[in-house]
Amino acid sequence: MSQFGDAAGTAVGLVLEADPTLVEIVLLSLRVSLSAVVIAACIGMPLGAWLTVSRFPGRRLVISVLNSLMGMPPVVLGLMVYLLLSRAGPLGEYGLLFTPTAMIVAQTLLVLPIIAALTRQTLSDLHREYDEQFRSFRIGPFAGTLILIREGRYSLATALLAGFGRASAEVGAVMIVGGNINHVTRVMTTTIAMETSKGDFSLALGLGIVLLAIVLVVNLLVSMLQWREKLA
Amino acid sequence: MKSDGIQFAPGQAPRSATPAKADAAHIAPADRADAILPLELVDVGYRAGDAELLRDINLIFDGRAPSIILGPNGAGKTLLLRICHGLLVPTTGQLRWRDPQLAMRPDSQAMVFQKPVMLRRSVAANIRFALRVSGVDREQHAARVARALEAAGLTPLAERRANHLSGGEQQRLALARCLAVQPRILFLDEPTAHLDPAATRQVEALIALIRDAGTRIVMVTHDIGQARRLAGDIIFMHRGRIIESGDATSFFERPSTAEAAAYLAGELLW
Amino acid sequence: MNKPIHRITRAMLAATLFVSAGAIHAEERFITVASTTSTENSGLFDTLLPQFQEASGIEVRVVAVGTGKAIKMAESGDADVLFVHHKPSEEKFVADGFGVERFDVMYNDFIIVGPGADPAGVRGAGVNEALQKIAENGSVFASRGDDSGTHKKERSLWSAAGVEPGGEWYRETGSGMGATLNVASGVGGYALTDRATWLKFANKGDMAIVVEGDPVLFNQYGVILVNPAKHAHVKVDDGQAFVDWLVSDAGQQAIDAYRLEGQQAFFANAGG
Repeated sequence: MSQFGDAAGTAVGLVLEADPTLVEIVLLSLRVSLSAVVIAACIGMPLGAWLTVSRFPGRRLVISVLNSLMGMPPVVLGLMVYLLLSRAGPLGEYGLLFTPTAMIVAQTLLVLPIIAALTRQTLSDLHREYDEQFRSFRIGPFAGTLILIREGRYSLATALLAGFGRASAEVGAVMIVGGNINHVTRVMTTTIAMETSKGDFSLALGLGIVLLAIVLVVNLLVSMLQWREKLA
Repeated sequence: MKSDGIQFAPGQAPRSATPAKADAAHIAPADRADAILPLELVDVGYRAGDAELLRDINLIFDGRAPSIILGPNGAGKTLLLRICHGLLVPTTGQLRWRDPQLAMRPDSQAMVFQKPVMLRRSVAANIRFALRVSGVDREQHAARVARALEAAGLTPLAERRANHLSGGEQQRLALARCLAVQPRILFLDEPTAHLDPAATRQVEALIALIRDAGTRIVMVTHDIGQARRLAGDIIFMHRGRIIESGDATSFFERPSTAEAAAYLAGELLW
Repeated sequence: MNKPIHRITRAMLAATLFVSAGAIHAEERFITVASTTSTENSGLFDTLLPQFQEASGIEVRVVAVGTGKAIKMAESGDADVLFVHHKPSEEKFVADGFGVERFDVMYNDFIIVGPGADPAGVRGAGVNEALQKIAENGSVFASRGDDSGTHKKERSLWSAAGVEPGGEWYRETGSGMGATLNVASGVGGYALTDRATWLKFANKGDMAIVVEGDPVLFNQYGVILVNPAKHAHVKVDDGQAFVDWLVSDAGQQAIDAYRLEGQQAFFANAGG
C-alpha cells in the first residue's frame, strides 16, 4: 500500500504547488470541455425546444434516437470522428485531426444528445403543464417556448452541467482524435491513461484528484440548482 | 327529447349595484361583452375516433346572465367550454361570434381551469404577465395589478411565489388575473372542484365581482348549490347533448325533462 | 432570480473567449510525427524535440501509438513523418510509395524482464532457451498483442524459438508497453520490452531484467518522410528538416547524450 501512499503524497504536492505541467493540462481540458458544452448548448437547446413544440412524421423516432445517443460510447464516437477528420476521410482537407478543435468536435457530438434530450424532456414536461393556459392566453408556440425556457432555467442549467460532467470525464474520444500530443492535445483523462501505462502514478493521481474535484463541484452545482428549483 | 334547435335568449342579467369603479379608459361594462356577443354554436359536434363526445349543439350566448353548464360526469361540459374558448376545433358545425376578429384578441376571452396554472414567479408577476400577453398598456399595469390583488385579498402575498400558494389562493390568483385583464367573456371549468367551503365562497365572490364589472360568465360546475347561487341561465347536458336549457329559476323549480329532475334530485345519471 | 442564468451566460462567454484565444495560439509552425509509445514513454522526445525546435523553429507534435497504427496513420496522410522501429514494415511502407526514403537513426535493445524469483529459471539464458522454458513452465508471459513493433519482434522471437505461444499463461494485453509491463508486474509474469521503456518504468516492484545482450534483441529505429506524391498537404520542407536533423551530427550527438536513470538508452547509428 506504500505505493499508493507515495503516489498520493506526490500527487497532493503537485496540486498544491500548481505544477506547471498539471496546470497546462487542466486548463486545456477545461477549454476543450467548456467549448464543447457551449457549442452543444447552442445547437442542442434549440433542437430540444423544436422537438418539444413541432409535430412531424418520425418525431418519435428522432426522440428515441436522441435518447439512445445519450449512451453513445465515447470510443465509438471518437473512432467515427477520427475517420471523418483523417486526411483520408471526407473532412481530411481541413487538417483538424490531432488538434484541440478535433477534441472539441468529438466532445460536442458526445454531449449534444444529452443536452438536446434533457432540454426536450424539461420543456415537454413544462409544455404539458402550460400548453392550455398559453393557448388560452393566445400565446403562439414560439413565444410560448421562450417562456418555457425561462420557467425551466434551473433544469436546463442542470442539463448543461450534466453535459460538462460527461465531456470532462471521458477519455476514449479525445485520446483517439487528439492523439495525446504533449503540450497540444494532452488533457487530464489522456494523461491519466498514459501515465498509468508508464507505471508512473503520481501525476496520474494528481490529475485524478483535480478531475474528481471538478466533477464534485459540478455535482454540487447540480444539487444547488435542484434545491433552488424546488424553492422557485 | 330532440335537442335540435334548442336555443335560448337569456333574460336580463341580475345586475349588481356596484359596477367596477373603472377609470375612464375602461370600456363601459355593458359594451364590453356586447361587442363580441352573441356567440352562436350551430350544429356543433365533436368526435374522437369512434366516440361521439358532443353532438347537435345549438346554442346562443348573449346578454349578461352567467350561464352555468350542469350535468353528470362525461356529459361533455368541459369539452363544450373548450370549444367555445377556441382551445378545440369542433369536428362538425360552426362557432359564430358577432365580431370574430375582436373575439379572438387575447384580451377578449379568458379561461380559468379546474387546476390553476401558475408561472414560477411571484403572485404580482403572474398578473403582470397576463396583462402583458393580453396587450394591456404598460402604464396601466401597476394600477390594475394593485386593484386585482386587493379585490382577491392577495395583497399580502404579492411577492410570494405563485406556484407555492395553496389551491384556494392559486384559484383566487387565477381570477385576479381575469379581474385585471377584464376580458369580455370568461369561461370557468369547475373552478371550485378541489376547494373547501371557505375558499369556495371567496372564489364565488370574485366571480360575482368579475360579472359585475361587465364580463360575461360561462361556467361548468358539479355543485348544484353553486349553480343556484350564481346562475342566470342553465345549460343541462347529458351524454354529449344538451337536454335542457333556459332560465335558472324555472330550471330549478320545474325541470322539464326526466333526466334533469333526476339529476337535481341527486340520483345517479349515466 | 435571474442571477444563475446570467452567471451561466457569463461563464459561457468566458469559455468562448477561452476557445478563440486557443485558436489564435494554434497558428504555429509545426509538423506531426507518428511514432511509437515506447519511444514517447522513454522520455527521449522530451529532450530531443526542444533542441530541434530551437535550431529550426519548428514544433514537433508526436502522436504515439503502436507501430502498426503509426504506419496506418502515415498511410492515411495524418502525419508528416514516420519514426518507428520495425525495419521490414518500414521498407514495405517506402516500397508501397507512402514514404520518400528510410534512414537509420539509432538503436536500442530489447530485454526480457520477469519476477525476481524467476520461477521459469531463465536468468542468463539465451532468448530461444528462455522462451522455451517459459512456455514449458507455463509461467505468465504478458504480450503487447497490439501489432506494435515490439509485438512484431516478440512474435518473430517465438517462432525462432519454435514455440507457438497460447493458452492460459500467454496474456495478450492489446495495450502499450507500459500497460503491458503493469500487467506483468501485477501478476508476476515475464515480458519482452525495449530497454528505454523499462528504465523509465516506475512500477517495477520486484521485477528485474532476466535476459539481455543476445544479438537478436537488437532494435533499429528508422525515420521516413511521408511521400508528398501521395498526400499533397504533407509539410515537405519542415518534415525533411526534422529527418535531416535527426541524422545530422547535432541530432546524433543529442541522442547519444540522452541519459535515462543514468544510463545511455539509445545509440545513434545513422549512416552506419
